[in-house]
Amino acid sequence: MEPETVPQRDVLMEVRNITLRFGGVTAIEDISFDILEGEVRAIIGPNGAGKSSMLNVINGFYHPQEGEIWFRGEKRKAMKPHEIARHGIARTFQNIALFRGMTTLDNIMTGRLTKMHRNMFWQAIWRGPAEREEVEHREVVERIIDFLEIQHIRKTPVGRLPYGLQKRVELGRALAAEPKLLLLDEPMAGMNIEEKEDMCRFILDVNDEFGATIALIEHDMGVVMDISDRVVVLDYGRKIGDGTPDVVRNDQTVIDAYLGVAHE
Amino acid sequence: MSNVQDSLRRQDTFAKLLLHNAGTFGSRPAYREKEFGIWQCWTWAEVADNVRNLACGLADIGIRRGDKVAIVGSNRPHLYWSFTAIQAIGAVPVPIYQDGIAEEVRFVLDHAEVVCAIVEDQEQTDKLLDVRESVPSLRQIVYEDDRGMRHYEQEFLHKFRDLQERGRAHDKAHPDFYPGEVAKGSGDDIAVIAYTSGTTGRPKGVVLKCGSLIEVGRASVGFEGLTEREDILSYLPMAWVGDHLFSFVQAYTAGYTVNCPESADTVMTDLKEIGPTYFFAPPSIFENILTHMMIRIEDASAIKRRLFHYYMDVAKKVGTPLLEGLPVGLFDRLNYGLGKLLIYGPLKNTLGFSRIRVAYTAGAPMGPETFRFYRSLGINLKQLYGQTESAAYVCIQKDGDVRPDTVGPAAPGCEVRIDEASGEVLVKSPGLFAGYFKNDEATAETLGADGWLHTGDAGIMTDEGHLKVIDRAKDVGKLNDGTLFAPQYLENKLKFYPFIREAVCHGSGRDMVTAFINIDMEAVGNWAERNDLNYASYAELAAKPEIYALIRSNIEEVNRGLAIDSELAGSQIHRFLLLHKELDADDGELTRTRKVRRRVIAERYGSLIEGLYSDADHAAIEVRITYEDGRETMMNADLRIEEAETFPPQSAAEPLRMAS
Repeated sequence: MEPETVPQRDVLMEVRNITLRFGGVTAIEDISFDILEGEVRAIIGPNGAGKSSMLNVINGFYHPQEGEIWFRGEKRKAMKPHEIARHGIARTFQNIALFRGMTTLDNIMTGRLTKMHRNMFWQAIWRGPAEREEVEHREVVERIIDFLEIQHIRKTPVGRLPYGLQKRVELGRALAAEPKLLLLDEPMAGMNIEEKEDMCRFILDVNDEFGATIALIEHDMGVVMDISDRVVVLDYGRKIGDGTPDVVRNDQTVIDAYLGVAHE
Repeated sequence: MSNVQDSLRRQDTFAKLLLHNAGTFGSRPAYREKEFGIWQCWTWAEVADNVRNLACGLADIGIRRGDKVAIVGSNRPHLYWSFTAIQAIGAVPVPIYQDGIAEEVRFVLDHAEVVCAIVEDQEQTDKLLDVRESVPSLRQIVYEDDRGMRHYEQEFLHKFRDLQERGRAHDKAHPDFYPGEVAKGSGDDIAVIAYTSGTTGRPKGVVLKCGSLIEVGRASVGFEGLTEREDILSYLPMAWVGDHLFSFVQAYTAGYTVNCPESADTVMTDLKEIGPTYFFAPPSIFENILTHMMIRIEDASAIKRRLFHYYMDVAKKVGTPLLEGLPVGLFDRLNYGLGKLLIYGPLKNTLGFSRIRVAYTAGAPMGPETFRFYRSLGINLKQLYGQTESAAYVCIQKDGDVRPDTVGPAAPGCEVRIDEASGEVLVKSPGLFAGYFKNDEATAETLGADGWLHTGDAGIMTDEGHLKVIDRAKDVGKLNDGTLFAPQYLENKLKFYPFIREAVCHGSGRDMVTAFINIDMEAVGNWAERNDLNYASYAELAAKPEIYALIRSNIEEVNRGLAIDSELAGSQIHRFLLLHKELDADDGELTRTRKVRRRVIAERYGSLIEGLYSDADHAAIEVRITYEDGRETMMNADLRIEEAETFPPQSAAEPLRMAS
């Protein structure tokens, strides 16, 4: 059934004709695009283009008035965010949303919450199955800590960490859910060049070694063009471009709306 | 008895020693490494197995006797095993500093004609791939950590574990191969070519033989009574001879446990968890720990702070005599005991120093103040003197006879004398090197025909037969008025202060002594924060008048101390400036073991030195900065120069005048 030419990736998520309104304001209008299995997909656009709204729709935080979302071959029903999380979608936030008083380790452990099966009673007694379960989860978390090179802050309360490290911990927590689809909301915002380079490497490695599909919103054009496989461009809630970084970079509509000048 | 002697004599290579250890205490832990938050452990028997597989694997990819194999990476058990595996098949390990920039790595690979490199991870692999073009001899690369290596498909890249699997298969097919190769080894085999970081010029490859290293190991282990039950933490650069002695040679001869930290950033936590019984660190690390501690104390509440300072004074007074077993009054004894309960004990526990039986410092002279501080806490810190060329084994301080200003008497089997004409320290040691690799000229210069090693250090022998190292002979000079000028001595005095990270003193052939100071970003930054001082960068902080005042008070304290000593009163520091960047090994200003390269600094900062010796109150400078990946940028600055107060020399009569 596959086309004979290039081996194609399966579609992981398809967004069809989404329209999202808040009262009289239309945040997103009739947007469709797809995310392929294993790719790094960027959503870009100027301020107020509807990027974060789009992410919140995918995430299940907003329910669009029109349109449908297909995830892993099934049409998705209206769900609460935690149900979505159980279905294999994890995210990070633009303004870091960690538990500041808890350690790095505990924060990442919370990412395993959707995978814990023992009830509160067992967790409280913490003998036998609950203990074994925690050990298993801890092992997954330790691998993530190792992967993100944050061993030295394992026991440090997150509130005491510099911004760049907090971003990394948040990525760790999202990874702990072993997501099929990882949503990153401006992962590089507010970082210096070195931190950005580190984060780029982690995103590419996550994509490569954890096999996670990644959808990210980002302001930094250089970063987006470097690490994304395909880019969707939004402007005033509409889609004005879609394709590989090269295609998007040279698209006149996109240049006019956003880039201003061509980078070549 | 003769049987024991016999069997000892037969173990003249590390591969044989490993088999011996696996036989005698095979189930004892040989290596631990923290990974995934847990201390993983390998026993001597498991290490023997791992080494055997690796050795056979190396043979399988074509490594032959006499081939040079580089080892690049941070302290990992796998890399320590690599030493033995390489030696077992008669090849020669060449450890390389893992933080070296590409050009340094390229030089060593090329000079040593390395055919294969065993590296830690992707970062090191990339570095080697970058220089591979210009190092024709390098044919194979083995990497341990496969993170990020998925898309590397070159057939000359081997994964450590896969290579061991190949070795296992090879071993099965040729079971006699490994024992045969090990048996071929002898004490005359080259154990390692250690490239010295060198305060001058290109690195030189110091050839050390198995037999002499093992002799050094046995002698030094016997000297301190080290057993297989010691625990050490291996965190110093593997390419440094100090770490090689401590984490490899002594570990094999004593059979103790080598613990490798989880990452470079977790060393302090790992230290605390392991609580080593035997510890080795260059002075810079001890200075760093002290700085850290002082920062934390200044942040503590007033009561805790006062308690700390009170008991530190008590320790200063009676701690050292107690450690040396000298008589101490009852009240002081009890007070020290209380201090131990309240301050010293918890402090040592936080630092991971509770179980220490012996701690060494070596690599550079340590300031007597820092040295006394640790000893007064009851930590048996001792100085060790040696150089790569003598396998770091020449002098060791003896328990009960430790002086802060000497490095102790000649160690068992060593001889030390001072050249009468030049004042240079001459050394004979069982660990004497066999020459510099492919550099006969330098070998002849250093190793006289008489068999004495010319160390290049200036020193004197005290009446008790202790060696006192003054400085590098070529650095010791005279001021114009004839006063002796030993820069390192002054710099160590300065570096005792937590705010001063690095200092470079000038004065040879000048009228007075002046100094460059590198502030300690962490300590000074913390001070600035507490004093509501805003800053955005190192350069900005270092230019603040408040910081100048802070450092000036430190310098004047040093001057006051120097004024008491009639010989040194003339070398008080008159003018100083705070450098706008940290001295860095990547810029060639320090060696990889953090020793100051004076010639490089004199060249790069020439205009600043001229400024110090003029009347100007500022001097401009432009320096090139090298990033770790080799990129370079220029950095401009205009630095202020300030004067420090100096004090008249105090002869015996002068205190009277002060009293009047």
